[in-house]
Amino acid sequence: MKLLGKYVDKGMQGNVTLMPEESEDMWHAYNLIAEGDSVRSTTIRKVQNETATGSSTSSRVRTTLTIAVETIDFDTQACVLRLKGRNIEENPYVKMGAYHTLDLELNRKFELRKPEWDTIALERIEMACDPTQSADVAAVVMQEGLAHVCLITASMTLVRSKIEVSIPRKRKGSVQQHEKGLAKFYEQVMQSILRHVNFDVVKCVLIASPGFVRDQFHDYMFQQAVKMDYKLLLDNKSKFMLVHASSGFKHSLKEVLQDPAVVAKMSDTKAAGEVKALEQFYMMLQCEPAKAFYGKKHVLRAAESQAIEMLLISDNLFRCQDVNLRKEYVTLVESVRDAGGEVKIFSSMHISGEQLAQLTGVAALLRFPMPELEDSDDDDDEDGAAGGDDSDSD
Amino acid sequence: MSRHRIVRTMDYNDEYDGYDDVYGHSVDDDHCISPTDAQQWLYDRERGRQSISAFISKNKDIKEEGEHDEDDEDEAYEKARRDSESFQMPELDEMEQAKLSSCVDEVRSVVGDAVSERRIVETSMKFDYDIQKILDEILNEETKKSAKPALRPKVPVPIAATTVKSASKPTPPAKISLKEPRRGFEIASPKLPSSPVVSGRNTPVDVGGDNDLSRTSASVFKVSKDQAQRNAQQLYEKERSDQKSHIHMIVIGHVDAGKSTLMGHLLYDTGNVSQRVMHKHEQESKKLGKQSFMYAWVLDETGEERARGITMDVGQSRIETKTKIVTLLDAPGHKDFIPNMISGATQADVALLVVDATRGEFESGFELGGQTREHAILVRSLGVNQLGVVINKLDTVGWSQERFTEIVTKLRSFLKQAGFKESDVSFTPCSGLTGENLTKKAQEAALTSWYSGRPLLDVIENFKIPERALDRPLRMSVSDIYKGTGSGFCISGRVETGVMCVNDKVLVGASREQAQVKSLTMDEFPQTSVFAGDQIAVTLAGVDINNITVGCIISDPQTPIPVTTRFQARIIVFSVKVPITMGFPVLLHHQSLIEPAVVCKLTASIHKSTGEVVKKKPRCLGSNSCALVELETSRPICIERYADFKELGRIMLRVAGVTIAAGMVTKIR
Repeated sequence: MKLLGKYVDKGMQGNVTLMPEESEDMWHAYNLIAEGDSVRSTTIRKVQNETATGSSTSSRVRTTLTIAVETIDFDTQACVLRLKGRNIEENPYVKMGAYHTLDLELNRKFELRKPEWDTIALERIEMACDPTQSADVAAVVMQEGLAHVCLITASMTLVRSKIEVSIPRKRKGSVQQHEKGLAKFYEQVMQSILRHVNFDVVKCVLIASPGFVRDQFHDYMFQQAVKMDYKLLLDNKSKFMLVHASSGFKHSLKEVLQDPAVVAKMSDTKAAGEVKALEQFYMMLQCEPAKAFYGKKHVLRAAESQAIEMLLISDNLFRCQDVNLRKEYVTLVESVRDAGGEVKIFSSMHISGEQLAQLTGVAALLRFPMPELEDSDDDDDEDGAAGGDDSDSD
Repeated sequence: MSRHRIVRTMDYNDEYDGYDDVYGHSVDDDHCISPTDAQQWLYDRERGRQSISAFISKNKDIKEEGEHDEDDEDEAYEKARRDSESFQMPELDEMEQAKLSSCVDEVRSVVGDAVSERRIVETSMKFDYDIQKILDEILNEETKKSAKPALRPKVPVPIAATTVKSASKPTPPAKISLKEPRRGFEIASPKLPSSPVVSGRNTPVDVGGDNDLSRTSASVFKVSKDQAQRNAQQLYEKERSDQKSHIHMIVIGHVDAGKSTLMGHLLYDTGNVSQRVMHKHEQESKKLGKQSFMYAWVLDETGEERARGITMDVGQSRIETKTKIVTLLDAPGHKDFIPNMISGATQADVALLVVDATRGEFESGFELGGQTREHAILVRSLGVNQLGVVINKLDTVGWSQERFTEIVTKLRSFLKQAGFKESDVSFTPCSGLTGENLTKKAQEAALTSWYSGRPLLDVIENFKIPERALDRPLRMSVSDIYKGTGSGFCISGRVETGVMCVNDKVLVGASREQAQVKSLTMDEFPQTSVFAGDQIAVTLAGVDINNITVGCIISDPQTPIPVTTRFQARIIVFSVKVPITMGFPVLLHHQSLIEPAVVCKLTASIHKSTGEVVKKKPRCLGSNSCALVELETSRPICIERYADFKELGRIMLRVAGVTIAAGMVTKIR
């Protein structure tokens, strides 16, 4: 993303002009734009004209519109962001108050005006504009009969294709069916890699599986590549990396990202960092349960006593419609920072972020144990029940 | 308006919105994806939003499990007790519930499954959980009943509402099927314990309103009269009385303990592998310089397995002993193939645990995170309670008795902890490679000097045959799908309960697609009917091969299996590295099914032995705890409550290649 202009006054009002350059930027834009903001961008509008005789002609014009955003749709696969809202600026073609749907396009700038910019949003812009953040990795997690081909970018994990083939088991006297099924499965996975992985961008391709599936597949792939003369694969042979995973399901990506060899290769990417932070949280919960808490209520209370050392928070909490709720989380983040704590904002598009979102979306590692938090809430269970963030097991 | 448009001269480019042209091609177009897949990929903003608000503001008024209104209780109870099969526990508070469940367990362990749950519960309530009195009452009743003519005692007493049906259609008393009254309950029951079916990948049968379905299931899925009125027990006696009884035995143990070799040698010695084949294996394995693998090759057939010298998938073969037909399931020992081992173990009745007696090998397999432990716990949690322990490769330590007793003492105390009864575990020394003490009594002087027990084959012979649930509705779990020799395709698996005959109508999987049984084979021999406990292959007609996946359940159309995405289970957590919290992603193993699931709620942690609720809504579950949790899967799955179908109510949870918990399904929603 390119930042073309930023005018934010002291009251935190103002506008920002941005130009998305790659599909990932759409995800950032999706996280930036909230309902009620106004977005100005160039777009195509079909205009109908009625002549004096009553016949109508329609023509498509490119024009610049400003809309007050009402609904936001994000297609994760195509990385398209679609904003719907009413026109709020005079325009020769479009009436005031008429609905229009803006598609944000790559390499076309848009201007975003917010009634109030908060730190999270400003940070997001900074992050989106940081060119060093980008590190694209493709990963294939597979087991016999199931494979996920994923792309891991700085803030997103996209499942590009899921391959599910039922492979007959080995049985007395007919091993061929098993082996035929396996070959068919490998072929599909290979085709999927050829189709979805852009070797110009991708730094490395991780192939992860339990057992020997990855080795078998790797052998098969390069045999085929030689046979069928797939230049693309042969040229990039060095980019493939074989890693262990316990299964072919999507969440074993977490294990892959924890693998020491992988960590060494993509050490400072967000995805790996997030997995590590979440792991830390779980370890703490195991060893010292009084120093790890999750759920809004507990974390807020820990923040009050300035106990939070590391705050893990999922970015879907900032995307919520309720302005006040968002504000609450923003203040939480700010207060933790003020107290010298570290804040990790998880992308909900990553595996670890998904898990955190399930875990109420917010978790904290404390500086000192606060056992009183555990005990305190048997009496006021009410709102704890929703988050499940109450009493401890002992 | 549209009628007056001049269609011929219309400029389509103008009419075209342009979207479909340019966008929306997230995936390649010729590769069609199903809605569920698409749903998985598409990011739905609303979904995320809902979950936040659910955490924060709403949900306050969701009733907790334990809550109830005193006033409603009696009424609800009265209503619930009308149906015995789908009998719901009376709503009690946590304490009572715990008392009741421990009471029921106690009684069950004495009387078995013969008595309906409803009866036990009622009696327990009547005598205020005094086990002695309850047992007296129930057993007295039972003896009274068994004095009456045959065939009856095993069935829960039919209830008025349903006998109407059988009464209206007079049948000779001897023919009153065991199944019929039961089915009647299901149909008449106000609520089948199943949740609304979320559309699977294909949903050919309209299952929209689930309550409707259960009520009208009889009319939706028509079955032949013959199928409806079949008498399982009689059929079984007619078909099988002249045959030996079947038993499935899984062979487990740490990698390289010699499981496949042991089984291969056993097969060879019992004459199930011809001399010629054995000679071929010997020559070929010699060529690879792995002659010790010659017996293992009997079961390890794929090139991959032979080249690497380890078993990867469950190998199957059978031997006949004097009184039994034993199906051997040779499980892989390697850590990465435990999923295969689990799917094999779900089919087994008994297990053979092979341990390597070699110095250092036993220790690494047993103590240092080896699979001996995990396998033993797994099979126990999967309902296997008879275990034969084979101390293998004893020839490498010179048939030393000290080594044997050392291993036996270690294992004995461990197995006791794992929940095996001492009387159900036996220890046999042998050598898989030399074949000592396999089929014939030990000959080796060093061994006979201190061992005079039975050879392995006799141990297998002495396994008790577990009782088969013939009179329950049909359930069969699919473990494999393949192209048959003739037309169509075959699915193989194990009949868990009930009976299946050629030309029966059955329901397949979570989509509840109807299919017809074309042919049945068991061990390559065609059969006209198969019974609970059999390992079979079925050819189905009327269902697409793509709609069947490994792990789905085939069920009786009249009492279809509940389909759900969310259920409650009581789990026992093994030793875990990180605690289980809500939102914890796990792999759910159920029969042969492996499905990703999320622990979405920790309802309560309970005391391991007493079943009392220790803490409601715990924050996390650490090692060796016991808890009630709710699990949610992304796709609908077929599952049964443990109380209804033991075989189908067991689950395993695994994370990152480690089994973290085993449990049983307590509630389906």
